[in-house]
Amino acid sequence: MRFNFFAVGLGFIFQTAFLSIRGHQLGRCPITNLFEVIIFVAWSVALFYMVVGPAYRLSLMGAFTAPLVVLLELFALIAPIEKPRSPRLPPNPWLEFHASMSLVAYGAFALACIAGVMYLVQERQLKTHHLHSIFYHLPPLTDLFAAITRLLWWGFVLYTLGLVSGFFVGEPLPWAQVFCAIGVWILYGFILQGRYLRWFAPKRVAALCIIGFSAALTLLWGITFTAQTHMP
Amino acid sequence: MNLFCVGLSHHTADVETLERFGGTAETDCVLRSCGCTEALLLSTCNRVEVYAAADNFVPTDLIARCLARTQNLQGNENFYRYEAAECVRHLFRVASGLDSMVVGETEILGQTKKAYEKARASGAAGRYFHRLFQRAFRVAKQVRTHTEITRGAVSVGSVAVDLAQKIFGELRNCKVLVLGAGETSERTVRALISRGVVDLRVSNRSPERAKALALAVTGCPVPFAEWPEQCREIDILLTSTSSEVPILSQEKLAPMLRERIDRPLFIIDIAVPRNVAPNVNTLDGVYLYDIDSLQSIAEQSLVMRREQVAAAEQIISQHVAEFAESIARGLNRGPDPEDDPTVGESSLRVSES
Repeated sequence: MRFNFFAVGLGFIFQTAFLSIRGHQLGRCPITNLFEVIIFVAWSVALFYMVVGPAYRLSLMGAFTAPLVVLLELFALIAPIEKPRSPRLPPNPWLEFHASMSLVAYGAFALACIAGVMYLVQERQLKTHHLHSIFYHLPPLTDLFAAITRLLWWGFVLYTLGLVSGFFVGEPLPWAQVFCAIGVWILYGFILQGRYLRWFAPKRVAALCIIGFSAALTLLWGITFTAQTHMP
Repeated sequence: MNLFCVGLSHHTADVETLERFGGTAETDCVLRSCGCTEALLLSTCNRVEVYAAADNFVPTDLIARCLARTQNLQGNENFYRYEAAECVRHLFRVASGLDSMVVGETEILGQTKKAYEKARASGAAGRYFHRLFQRAFRVAKQVRTHTEITRGAVSVGSVAVDLAQKIFGELRNCKVLVLGAGETSERTVRALISRGVVDLRVSNRSPERAKALALAVTGCPVPFAEWPEQCREIDILLTSTSSEVPILSQEKLAPMLRERIDRPLFIIDIAVPRNVAPNVNTLDGVYLYDIDSLQSIAEQSLVMRREQVAAAEQIISQHVAEFAESIARGLNRGPDPEDDPTVGESSLRVSES
């Protein structure tokens, strides 16, 4: 666990350095195109892991987090994403707060998704009575579920803050972007409401975290795409 | 320095023979009379072996014969003997649990440490044994951390308790209902208590037996007619009644689960025939393990441990070579403060922590 923590930590330092340099060059938060957005999401995932990992003492969380961060960064670097140089616009603090807060929330949702995968892997082995080597390294089911719930709440609160701040931007935002953002908010609100009212068993909540994050990533692509096409 | 080991273990002798040698004073006498400068007796329920070092050559056959004679044993063919590097390898294997009946068990390391401590306190173990045994403890620790030789439980009770911990983490806040007051359930309950379970409820057809078990495990007796209602709030159900038909079915349990959808229920059914219908396992949040599945996991763990033996042997071989080299180097120089057996006291404590 210590190795995983330091490995992700080292990656986090490099990501912070990259975003900082890029931010200084742009004179604003570096989330102006899909490439930067994906790097920012990967940074948020690492950030949440750094906060959550030691607090919940979830073994193997790092081993699951590191590949996701690597995948996101590889996708950002390799995928044929157009990386337009955004014009130097006057900084809009509300817009930057809105976008960065929403993306940090994605970090929490990503980690909830990872915890969900870990939950389902373990749950399946417990149900089928076929215990593989990985089973002995995974954290207890109840601890994982508690972590999922807290991460969902963290993500939801941050996302709500991001969403509400979007109304103070002072510029007209594309309707598709607004609908996508509200759609993600409703999706996670539904999962949390279902959890609170006991509509779903923990296994279903874990599965919904995976489905939710996959949908949220797709919608994020949609949001960024529409933002880029509307860029002056 | 001539190092050797002579002994009996579960591989070569039966329990009756092993019992005869359990910590006898004659063993020390035999070793002294043979001119050994350092000696150590390791006696456990599965092995009795002596490790000795002498300045002169001592035939191990003679030691085996003498030991057999002290206990009026016919012949000495049950005794195994290891000398020099092979003796070092054997000790490292023993301390690492590779030579144990249950591969990878860790109790033997504690027993070896105790035996060394005893020999050191009595003056029977000196500078040479200090280096040898400290190295053995290091090897055992390395084998344990670098391989999965100790992974997984290998008895039905410990498998059940391990699974409970994989589901609930801390067992301190778990509520446990014991159904049936037999010997097996008592053993499993005691294993659960040892891992922190406090809230115990006991139910049995015979209220007297339920009360007796509840008293023995500081639990609370529950009338047999009321046990199904307990399923609404308990976390672990341990059943071992003599009922011929299942006493818990999916139809009975499903309505109760709706009220506790976010809390898992772990059912350990160690009764034969089974007390819980197998389809209960299909319910969300219910993990049902019967005696067969628990035994199968114990066997899986044993297989997994055996697969780790090769990796452990590799670590041991490396240490045997290093130890031989360090001894050869050490013989050509004066006494090293690190070789002082009094240092062993603190290093032993460190390795035990």
